[in-house]
Amino acid sequence: MAKHIVTVNKASLQKTVQTGGCGECQASCQSACKTSCTVGNQVCQK
Amino acid sequence: MNMHRFTQNGMHIVLDVNSGAVHVVDRLTYDILAIFDGANDAAVLGAFGGEHGAEAVREVLAELRQLIAAEQLFSPPLTVPSVLASAPLVKSLCLHVAHDCNLRCTYCFAGTGDFGHDRGLMPRSVAERAVDFIIENSGPRRHCEVDFFGGEPLLNMDTVRHTVAHVRRREAETGKVFKLTLTTNALLLDQDIIDYLNAENISLVLSLDGREAVHDHMRPCADGSGSWAEVVDKARRVVEARQGENYYLRGTFTAHNLDFAADVLAMADLGFKQLSVEPVIGKDVDYALTEEHLPALFAEYEKLALIYLERRLAGNPFEFFHFNLNLHNGPCVAKRLMGCGAGHEYFAVTPEGDLYPCHQFVGRDEYRLGDVFAGVEKTELRQRFRRAHALNKAECRECWARFYCSGGCHANAQLFNGTIDQPYELGCKLQKKRLECALMVQASLALAANRE
Repeated sequence: MAKHIVTVNKASLQKTVQTGGCGECQASCQSACKTSCTVGNQVCQK
Repeated sequence: MNMHRFTQNGMHIVLDVNSGAVHVVDRLTYDILAIFDGANDAAVLGAFGGEHGAEAVREVLAELRQLIAAEQLFSPPLTVPSVLASAPLVKSLCLHVAHDCNLRCTYCFAGTGDFGHDRGLMPRSVAERAVDFIIENSGPRRHCEVDFFGGEPLLNMDTVRHTVAHVRRREAETGKVFKLTLTTNALLLDQDIIDYLNAENISLVLSLDGREAVHDHMRPCADGSGSWAEVVDKARRVVEARQGENYYLRGTFTAHNLDFAADVLAMADLGFKQLSVEPVIGKDVDYALTEEHLPALFAEYEKLALIYLERRLAGNPFEFFHFNLNLHNGPCVAKRLMGCGAGHEYFAVTPEGDLYPCHQFVGRDEYRLGDVFAGVEKTELRQRFRRAHALNKAECRECWARFYCSGGCHANAQLFNGTIDQPYELGCKLQKKRLECALMVQASLALAANRE
């Protein structure tokens, strides 16, 4: 158990460089915003 | 910048940009990270050992080294996925089924519905052809999307109904799965339309700006009267009829309501729980947001984040689109770079069938890409949009938020800077503040879950 640091998630964007890109997820602008371009809150469909 | 650290709500938060790992650290670690570069232990000990003791500093350094070894700190730069070099596939269309509107919203980028051109409705034939255009150009991709947009799409329900029937027929023939959304001001919703939209599982984006006075000031009817009371009544009916699912209530804030958290909470207190409120886009107008508004807006986002968290932990939650950051199963790097896909995977279609990079580009004639009959004619322009991602823009390449905004909104960049390659700076500053708030919220929720 780390004393000074708590890691919130085990994300590894690096791993998705080769495996991602299927494009099955929702277009970010269609979901709710229509005026900004936030992708971080999209969910992977795989 | 490969690491971003900030303090909010008493939490010291560290984002490792290239991995997406998020850490909550104590004050000593936070301060050490101001100078630690992965290889200067002696300098760190020299700077902090006297005040905090060498043992504590060595503990922190050991923990940081574990993170580096696990590629959760100072992780290596990401390369551009090869999929971005391949030919783009169409996945989404925004169908402007009505270039007309029954409201006269002051800030509308559609120029009160007509997008600077004649008012008009999309014929069935154009909409049908648009659906076929997606199917023909989406390759092996199974999930496709159509958003019924306007102006006000409920002014042309005949084409909406016809398009949905065509989509269902083509789904059965091709195996494609369409997600359908409809963006509306809600005024024309009646029981028949509500039942139809629910039966067809069409997601709704309903426009409401929060408090009555705020909404009515910017979203009057054509005769100048307010629209708030009727919108709330209709929106309530449709949301209740779909058991509170499959919708967003979406508002806009302007220079006239810098205290927009009150509008978000007004919407939540009206019983709506899926909320998205966005900064207005405007230039040289009295409601435009400017640099001098930023301190107030930053404070407002922080205030909203605290209330969002408080209500969530108290079991009375509402969703705020920009705080719903998915830290565990977020999008892949390709998606983070392609963003909304405007201009190469996502297009807006005018009533006449013309293709534009997105709904906000409609009316900017030099950005007309082709039409749904002949397809994309300006292929070089389409490629420019595909290449205009965060790792190809000078301002974005070193920005810590580059994998969360995909390089920003092209339409806003073009509007303010005349080019899609230079992001809209005010939008970036607001985006980064929203992200910090979202990271704080998600880190707080994760820590709370760990304690349970």
